[in-house]
Amino acid sequence: MTAISCKNLCKTFQQGDQTVVGLDHVSIEIDSEEVVCLSGPSGSGKTTLLNAMGGLDTPDSGEIRVGDLRVDLLDKGQRADMRLNEIGFVFQAYNLIPVLTAQENIEFVMQVQGVPAELRHQKSLAILQEVGLEGLEDRRPAELSGGQQQRVAVARAIVSEPTLVLADEPTANLDSTSAIQLIELFLELNRKLGITFVIATHDTRVMSYCRRMITMVDGKIVKDVQQDQAPLAASEHNAISQT
Amino acid sequence: MQNADQIRTNALPPLGTLMTLAWRNLWRNHRRTAIMLAAISVGVWAMIFMSALMRGMVDDMLKRGIDQLPGHVQIHNPQFLDDPSIVHSLPEPDSAMQDALNQAAVSKWFSRVKVPAMISSERESRGVMLLGIDPEAERETILNGVELTQGRFLESAGDRGVVLGEKLVQRLETRLGKRVVITSQDPQNNLAEIGLRVIGIYQAELRSQEEQFLFISKQAAQKLLNIEDQVSEVAVFGDDYRDIARVSQHVTAATESWNSRLPAKVEANPWQTINGFLSSSVTVMDGFVLIWIIVVFIALSFGLANTLVMAVFERVREIGLMLALGMRPALVTWQILLESVFLLLLGLLLGNILAVLSIYALADGIDLSGVAQGFEMVGVGNTLVPQLWIKDLLTANAVVILLGLTTSMLPAWRAANYDPVRALSKAT
Repeated sequence: MTAISCKNLCKTFQQGDQTVVGLDHVSIEIDSEEVVCLSGPSGSGKTTLLNAMGGLDTPDSGEIRVGDLRVDLLDKGQRADMRLNEIGFVFQAYNLIPVLTAQENIEFVMQVQGVPAELRHQKSLAILQEVGLEGLEDRRPAELSGGQQQRVAVARAIVSEPTLVLADEPTANLDSTSAIQLIELFLELNRKLGITFVIATHDTRVMSYCRRMITMVDGKIVKDVQQDQAPLAASEHNAISQT
Repeated sequence: MQNADQIRTNALPPLGTLMTLAWRNLWRNHRRTAIMLAAISVGVWAMIFMSALMRGMVDDMLKRGIDQLPGHVQIHNPQFLDDPSIVHSLPEPDSAMQDALNQAAVSKWFSRVKVPAMISSERESRGVMLLGIDPEAERETILNGVELTQGRFLESAGDRGVVLGEKLVQRLETRLGKRVVITSQDPQNNLAEIGLRVIGIYQAELRSQEEQFLFISKQAAQKLLNIEDQVSEVAVFGDDYRDIARVSQHVTAATESWNSRLPAKVEANPWQTINGFLSSSVTVMDGFVLIWIIVVFIALSFGLANTLVMAVFERVREIGLMLALGMRPALVTWQILLESVFLLLLGLLLGNILAVLSIYALADGIDLSGVAQGFEMVGVGNTLVPQLWIKDLLTANAVVILLGLTTSMLPAWRAANYDPVRALSKAT
């Protein structure tokens, strides 16, 4: 089943007098439970593509579907609701709300969704355990390390059980150990919960863990390959388990 | 295919989350919040306290003005207000009218003669307002408003003395025990005069009152003016000059009934009709208080808007993050407005407490004797007692909340309209 599909996406930006091409007729299909890596040099269009997929930005032309939903046809409020309910985001710079504790940050999305307090509490504690932050629930972001903050961000992204997680350079500010722990966490969550991950990165450590790697240059997809050596995505893992 | 309507939306905003965020964000910059709180508190204090001073001043002016009339509701010949001469007199209330005036709605009433007259000593003459009163009935009321400094007050209906103000005595260059001549006109426009001995000298807080009024007994006045059983006015008092609706209604009804027994009609008027200047001063003060409150708030609003703009500017990334995570722009607006509400409510609380304490501390009044002459020109006495009106308190609070929220709309709207992609790319 297709988790997300893009057809002929085009996006340009105006920088002073110059028109910069962000996306140049990008077409892509990502299946459910895949872990996909978007790579490419800076300015190649990775983040632009992620933003378009997540409804944070609108393409100039083309079509985006998340599941059955035409993202490019939604208005601002509907896109906000889609992000709230269908997509989890992990950003480069942790991006936690500094005045909330780790647990409150995780519960934030559920609070906006209107999930009852008791259920929110249960789920956030469970997910904190899942990402290895048990006991740190009352700490504010400033009291956590970079790796711990990114784990909180991941927990926040997946706690409301989205079908898709979009991660933009999630390891950029992490040391090697934390980066590997984070990508292993992604793969574990993919295997356990069947969440589709699209990770924009130019971190080779991350790339080596993804079965499918899409390379972008100047707003175009120039390469889309399956890597045999990478750990299995959830669908493949399940298929093997069943045989 | 799933359409847009199928996307889940929440009917109610997550108020708890918004309030938590708003409250904690408010205290992120303690110093800025404390300065803004101090500014709002002082502003609110200024609004309420100054309003209380102005109310106190106007109340004093009204009380003194009404004391000089005096009477909350007065019954006159219909022409008396335009021409307060003895030609426009009315009869003493008959027994039925007296019964009506002795009802519970009326706290006290007096009939009196009140005419313009001339008083002469052996050296000087002055124009005055002659009050012919029933000393036994009205003595206590009059002596509440003035202080007898020499001699005695009128004691009986047939008392043959006159009580003058200290300033009038000085002007006339007379003294206690001397005789003065009071001249006026009778209803036939004949000159009427009477010689009386000065039996008492009073001092009023408003020195102008001392020059204006002299007191003789009602009988002496009636005899002087040749108006047996006629008076100029019937003055009726309720409990409070501000709440005379009931007494006014009662006296008007009694007067209408009395009219059926009179050859010429009389009419009852509340003090607001009798003295338009005093009455309009309350309306003018209402407007003045509101303008004062708004002016203070406008000064405050610059600080408030600046605080919120800075608070929003410092959190562009965070707001972008919340929008990116799916928080609707309207909720971001609510969050910023809640911050403003918390700040305003705290400021109001402190400002109200400060104002009430200040007013309570000055309950005995502020001594204005140093500038008494200036205040006397507008009819205000030597002591200014601040008066807290609940209406002013509520107006100040409502104006601060309403205009405060209006001022906060711009930063809140700006925050809600951030493009999440751009906001997230801002450097922290």
